[in-house]
Amino acid sequence: MSLAENTTRSIPDRLRSPLRSKVVSWETLLLGVAIGIFVFNSLASPYFLDAWNLSDATFNFTEKAMIAFAMALLIIAGEIDLSVAAIIALASTAMGVAMEMGAGTPVLVLVGLGTGLLCGAFNGALVTKLGLPSIVVTIGTMSLFRGISFIILGDGAFRGYPSDFSWFGQGYVFWVISVELVIFVILAIFFGILLHKTNFGRAVYAIGNNPTGALFSGIRVDRVKMILFLMTGLMAGLAAVCLTSRLGSTRPSIATGMELEVVTMVVLGGVNILGGSGSIPGVVIAAFVMGLVTFGLGLLNVPGIVMSIFIGLLLIGVIALPRLWAMWRKS
Amino acid sequence: MIAHLKSREALLMGAIIVLVSLVATRFPGFVTPSNLVAVFTDTSPLMILAIGQMVVILTRCIDLSVAANLALTGMVCAMINVAMPDLPVGVILVVSLVMGAFLGAINGILVWKLDIPPIVVTLGTMTIFRGIIFLLTEGKWINAHEMSAHFTAFPRATILGMPILGWFGIVVALIAVVAMARTKLGRSMYAVGGNPHAAVYTGINVGRTQFYAFVISGMLAGLAGYLWIARYAVAYVDIAAGFELEVVAACVIGGVSIAGGAGTIIGTLLGALFLGVVKNALPVVDISPFWQLAISGAAIIIAVAFNAQSGRSKGRVILKSAEHAQ
Repeated sequence: MSLAENTTRSIPDRLRSPLRSKVVSWETLLLGVAIGIFVFNSLASPYFLDAWNLSDATFNFTEKAMIAFAMALLIIAGEIDLSVAAIIALASTAMGVAMEMGAGTPVLVLVGLGTGLLCGAFNGALVTKLGLPSIVVTIGTMSLFRGISFIILGDGAFRGYPSDFSWFGQGYVFWVISVELVIFVILAIFFGILLHKTNFGRAVYAIGNNPTGALFSGIRVDRVKMILFLMTGLMAGLAAVCLTSRLGSTRPSIATGMELEVVTMVVLGGVNILGGSGSIPGVVIAAFVMGLVTFGLGLLNVPGIVMSIFIGLLLIGVIALPRLWAMWRKS
Repeated sequence: MIAHLKSREALLMGAIIVLVSLVATRFPGFVTPSNLVAVFTDTSPLMILAIGQMVVILTRCIDLSVAANLALTGMVCAMINVAMPDLPVGVILVVSLVMGAFLGAINGILVWKLDIPPIVVTLGTMTIFRGIIFLLTEGKWINAHEMSAHFTAFPRATILGMPILGWFGIVVALIAVVAMARTKLGRSMYAVGGNPHAAVYTGINVGRTQFYAFVISGMLAGLAGYLWIARYAVAYVDIAAGFELEVVAACVIGGVSIAGGAGTIIGTLLGALFLGVVKNALPVVDISPFWQLAISGAAIIIAVAFNAQSGRSKGRVILKSAEHAQ
């Protein structure tokens, strides 16, 4: 069994590589890419450099980034949650049901967050209590959660959310600064501190690098993982509140395929998909890069499905290029 | 272990029989031979894909791009048919196998040569393949009247009372059973998944074996692509969307261990058949087809939990070996 452990986590040893400088350089590179795309976009389209358009562009990534922060911690700890988009669907459906029963905005928000938390708890319990691999568990719950939405809604939709509910997805704090953008910034700071400045964050890295070692150094591995699944579920619930509020309606197919974009964002941000390394600033820049790319392509009238080719290429390319580079330098 | 797997297959067989007879008590029409053949034929694409997926999972990988591969290869077959209506079906079959294998090889190369985690590779290629279909067609559909008659008739032509589509399922299953048990590649796949380090010491190239697994999975997806498009006589971007989950579900229900190295063709076929029976029984017993997604999700979770029961003592073993290491 220890052999199996070795092969599934062939993580680069922290002592061998000057990880710190590597991470810093990855983020600077990413920042350079972001600036490059910004400049390219402003040259390619006359509509790009406009405060309101740029404000609109942030909606491309704020909801995904909320989940990506929690997902980053989860992936650093060596687990993954592919059910986040399905959690959004279920949470949104639950809010729709509550709305039909006459719930006001505060209750709707609580229902959305609560559903997310419950889904996260379900995933976390299956992974930590039953010791199941998170990839399969969340592939299963991905069908289950979205399936429940389909059972409730069929081919119908919930519409007619209360007008003050639209504040989350359509409201502005002042001028062009949207509510979602403010939530995004607050969460970025919160998760940045949590991962980089607290014992909990150190435990997350320790678990990702060596779960058995972490267990022997007194870290309650299962409890930390459970908390991470709960946080991911909660963030998916929050994203569901914002997305539902922004769209003003719920269909069971809401946020289809978003798990892919969230994982791409996390990996693009320099988080090792095998666990053990990564940073929140990286994810923040990755969110901007992806938002700018999709917004820029949108201004150039590129259809959504073609953008998904870019996302797919980005996901593979981001991991492949450093490895190709390393192979090339070796030879 | 073998005894356990055997009992799992018996259990699954029993579950399928119970399910079928439960439906039959209220709707006797469900168990007529012709309907059972129809259910089997309907499940055949799932079986073909599940066999390919099982091979990939055996080697500790996962292939989430199979449904997108199916859709892309199927679309290309349909476009070839539109361009050259007189091309014989045999050529189309070869094209579908080669093209599917090529798409699988892309996954395989990325996993083998660049050592990228399979889930990342296939999540990426899944969207890329679907996007390419859109680029090829600009989102247009290819409908029945644009396809030539022999192209769409082939999978539906019956031999001995069963459509050719169903026979494809049987033939692929037979080849797979023999290949997994009797060929070097088949055995090395079990070895790679069971213990990659030991496999290396016995002279097996782990990466190359995984590469071949992806090629096989892709090839079968391509084959299913043509059969699917021809059977339903329509091709569009979103064909078989989300089908990859059902395929993984069939494997997991069939007792294929997601940790690799354990699983049988028979189990996988029964897993696929179980899902096929559920899917076909739902409308008969008047349950909305919208239940199907949730049911296969629940089935995956229950099956994984069930699989894990056999490896329940894992935690203790790790602690023991760690104590030895001290």
